[in-house]
Amino acid sequence: MGKAKRGSTLAEKILARHSGRDRVEPGELLLVDVDLTMANDVTAPIAIRSFREAGAERVVDPSRIVLVMDHFTPNKDIASAEQVRECREFAREQGISLYFENDGIAHALLPERGLVLPGQLVLGADSHTCTYGALGALATGVGSTDIAAVWVTGKAWLKVPASIKLVYEGELSPWVTAKDLILKTISDLGVDGANYKALEFSGGTISRLSVEGRMTMANMAIEAGAKAGIFEVDGKTREYLASFLPQGWEIPVPDDGAEYEEVRTYDVSSMGPVVAIPHSPGNVRPVEELSGVRIDQVVIGSCTNGRMEDLRAAAGALSGRKVAPGVRLLILPATRRIYLQALKEGLLEIFADAGATICPPSCGPCLGGHLGVLGKGERCVSTTNRNFLGRMGHPQSEIYLASPIVAAASAVLGRIAHPGEVLK
Amino acid sequence: MKYEGKAWIFGHDVDTDTIIPARYLTTWDVSLLAPHCMEDVDSGFAREVEPGDVIVAGRNFGCGSSREHAPAVIKALGISAIIAQSFARIFYRNGFNIGLPLVECKEAFERVKRGDRLSLDLEKGEIKNLTRDESYFFNPIPPFMRDLLREGGLVPLLKKGGWRVSSL
Ligand code: SF4
Repeated sequence: MGKAKRGSTLAEKILARHSGRDRVEPGELLLVDVDLTMANDVTAPIAIRSFREAGAERVVDPSRIVLVMDHFTPNKDIASAEQVRECREFAREQGISLYFENDGIAHALLPERGLVLPGQLVLGADSHTCTYGALGALATGVGSTDIAAVWVTGKAWLKVPASIKLVYEGELSPWVTAKDLILKTISDLGVDGANYKALEFSGGTISRLSVEGRMTMANMAIEAGAKAGIFEVDGKTREYLASFLPQGWEIPVPDDGAEYEEVRTYDVSSMGPVVAIPHSPGNVRPVEELSGVRIDQVVIGSCTNGRMEDLRAAAGALSGRKVAPGVRLLILPATRRIYLQALKEGLLEIFADAGATICPPSCGPCLGGHLGVLGKGERCVSTTNRNFLGRMGHPQSEIYLASPIVAAASAVLGRIAHPGEVLK
Repeated sequence: MKYEGKAWIFGHDVDTDTIIPARYLTTWDVSLLAPHCMEDVDSGFAREVEPGDVIVAGRNFGCGSSREHAPAVIKALGISAIIAQSFARIFYRNGFNIGLPLVECKEAFERVKRGDRLSLDLEKGEIKNLTRDESYFFNPIPPFMRDLLREGGLVPLLKKGGWRVSSL
């Protein structure tokens, strides 16, 4: 290349390994070997059609294909039932055993089942595929036809992203969570500030964060336009993956001299809980500024914040309390296993007792699909990742994005609330 | 792979609604959509563009929605390639996946004027400005991506068995 040797970022390391190269440079186009693809009940049917249109008969490796029916499941109407049927039949025909239906949301399910490992390259026909970056994988969303191409060839083309390193230092105050960190970061970078780039999350705060919290952050990398959000593997990741990580599995680390397009450092110790107001995840305000905002509905769930840690935090604020009159609280554990665990821990009883409706694991209201669609003028505090206009229902409804603890406190008070107002 | 044509200049952040306004998206037929391409910013474009011509633009070309109509309409008009300082991510994928070459080059946007004759060499990574006798350079498009372009996009490539047979 004639350029001086420079170190590689985590994203560059993983892409180099999957394209048979020693090193790659940002901006280069690569043909990569893909470890795993994921498609869902909305995107898989289109991929199946492209696959057939291309005249293909067999997928190259059924064991590397995951199909997760999660958006409109349990099937809400005939059209969604037909889409799922098409996927189910395709899975049977092609011998795809990693087919899931009603088991939960892909981005919570795949990590939980050990289907994504550090250093892997994962493509999903869903924009929040970037969630798997929490496990040190390079994972990104692509189109359905891109997925069909991997089914036929095992390969895909990718452009090497430049990386932005985000360093978080300091102790988080009580009630400040991974969700607050990523919302703050998105407001800082702007919703397209990381277009085409990879975000590499690091620092002391991150190493104290749970793997679940890291998934919340990686999940929303796309909300800043990023191709991927990625974390270095540490003791916590190894523990999380303990029963899945094969002996001697090679785990990539960024080089010391890695070149970042930009490095941003955050001191998180003075941060409080935040909320993203309509209609952009980048419209972030301190929760205190919004305490007069009355609400109609609260949603706790989704691939962003529907995991055990999230449900435990919400239960902590709801235990022995009631949802405010006139407010609907919906709880959607992100997977069937999380549902079962919450049941065993008594969290579902706490929620039901507080007056919540417990829904099956599904994307449900996150995309205005079913299970809690908003009407005209209604306001919802949600732990999901997008508050775009009309995302949860009527174009004149409003979504406020927050952490599970802020959402739970808001459900109790019937307005946007700081957790400290409930948990004295 | 080489292309030659005259340059059409557009600015920064040309979004998919500018490329093809949403009000026309009641049809998938690109031949019906093509006459409206860029009409809100350059009303002569769709009428006067000639096969082989090249679009030169600034940052973040193709931002906005993921509609595949946008690159398809540009391709249908005979545009041979788009040179921009940068592209929005989904537009970039959609462009190559329908067989439209996209080239990132900062200098071209700063130097090229409307109507300049350009010749592009994807293999060498060179843009020659024949009008001004200048050259600008970009990351060469690797062989497997040229295969994708030569076949006319991802679906036609898959029909031939994909990259397994053509470029490895
Ligand atoms: S929970 Fe929402 S953001 Fe996550 S995959 Fe489902 S629809 Fe998409």
